[in-house]
Amino acid sequence: MSKPHPLWRYASPAHFLPLTGRLLPLLWGVAAVGIAAGLWLGLFVAPVDAQQGETYRILYLHVPAAWIAMVCYGAMAFWALWGLAWKTRLAFVLMRALAPTGTLFAVLTLVTGSLWGKPMWGTWWVWDARLTSALLLALLYVGFIALTSAVDTPGDRQRGDRAGALLALVGALNLPVLYFSVSWWNTLHQGASISPRGSAIAPEMLWGLLLATVGFWAYAVAAVLTRARQQLQARVEREALWPRSLESAA
Amino acid sequence: MGAAYQAAAALARREGLGVLRQPAEWLTPLAFVVGVALMFPLGLGPEPARLRELAPGLLWIAALLASLLSLPRLFAPDLADGSLEQWWLAPLPRPLAVALKLAVHWGFSGLPLVLLAPVLALAFGVDDPLPLALSLLLGTPALALLGGLGAALVLHARAGAGLLALLLLPLEVPVLVFGTAAANGGPNADSALLLLGAWLAVLLALAPWATSATLSLMLD
Repeated sequence: MSKPHPLWRYASPAHFLPLTGRLLPLLWGVAAVGIAAGLWLGLFVAPVDAQQGETYRILYLHVPAAWIAMVCYGAMAFWALWGLAWKTRLAFVLMRALAPTGTLFAVLTLVTGSLWGKPMWGTWWVWDARLTSALLLALLYVGFIALTSAVDTPGDRQRGDRAGALLALVGALNLPVLYFSVSWWNTLHQGASISPRGSAIAPEMLWGLLLATVGFWAYAVAAVLTRARQQLQARVEREALWPRSLESAA
Repeated sequence: MGAAYQAAAALARREGLGVLRQPAEWLTPLAFVVGVALMFPLGLGPEPARLRELAPGLLWIAALLASLLSLPRLFAPDLADGSLEQWWLAPLPRPLAVALKLAVHWGFSGLPLVLLAPVLALAFGVDDPLPLALSLLLGTPALALLGGLGAALVLHARAGAGLLALLLLPLEVPVLVFGTAAANGGPNADSALLLLGAWLAVLLALAPWATSATLSLMLD
């Protein structure tokens, strides 16, 4: 029998918990420094944009948020597939831990986007393809959380795991069609709306954006891992309880 | 092979009889669509020109909402009385059993809508209700297939139809977009109808399989 890849050992809580315990302080540190430095560069140091004025500065929050919201859904679907295929407990825990962070960043994308849209487009909301699909992504996250929490019972998380995993997979498979249909619908109903033009940007802008992105990514990973640790510990405790309850019954 | 045919015939017969003996199950969504269609002129005002313009989209939305109504009763009674487990043991491929069940369900919920919607469209002043009927003919089976998947996902959920709607509405967006574009007529109607048919073909191939996998996971 061939030896399994060394990475597999981290699928066991006995190895996952110490590893994340070592990683988490580092991640929280990177998050704090990255977000602080990125926002400082972006909000105070970077020059004013020639076309958009001061309002463009919301991009230091908006761009990382949109990116993280989309990637989190992909990661959820990945762990859903992993969990359904290999039945590892950690995969479902990570899948569930990703959902609140994804929801947070999806909502943040919508809020910052409409805050930017009001001064730039003169309206809080436009029914354009990107905005509509961002709203649908937020709805998919909310549906996932609502389903898993409605299926869960205090003693049994397995059914919630499976229902959530199937929903995440179906949602991920549906996303390309959804995005295609929405952009098709958009070209049908209205001309292309105003979009921020990519221009040569000042180095302070680039560095600010890069640092803020790294910081928000570190925050997202740290938040997901912290949540996963808590859920995993709660599950391990609950599973450790039942042999004891059998003993007391005997 | 003979056993599978027998099982399929028995399943289809049982499903059909079950619906026929409880006419309220399939009449309620129809009455719901009529009621919603009545709300639109009352809420939007009786201007014929505006109603004519909005009618295909409004009727499509009404049909989509009506398709959600009967879903909580699709698999839950079968799970409660154990017949779902019997079908799982029957000599019939599980995706096929699911497809049969959904086909009967569509025959009593989607097909009447396809026939009813053009009549309502005439009441809204639409001159040619054929595009609407065609788009619903392709769209309601797609809604039924997605709805079956949603109904299977929420089998053990302690929540009502609200959760099901929350899960299904984002998934049904492509059907609604292609369906309304096809129903509205205009230069894009043909391509919209083709896209709707393509999406229905994809769902026909994948959804019964995914739904039976979901039901299997929910059973144990």
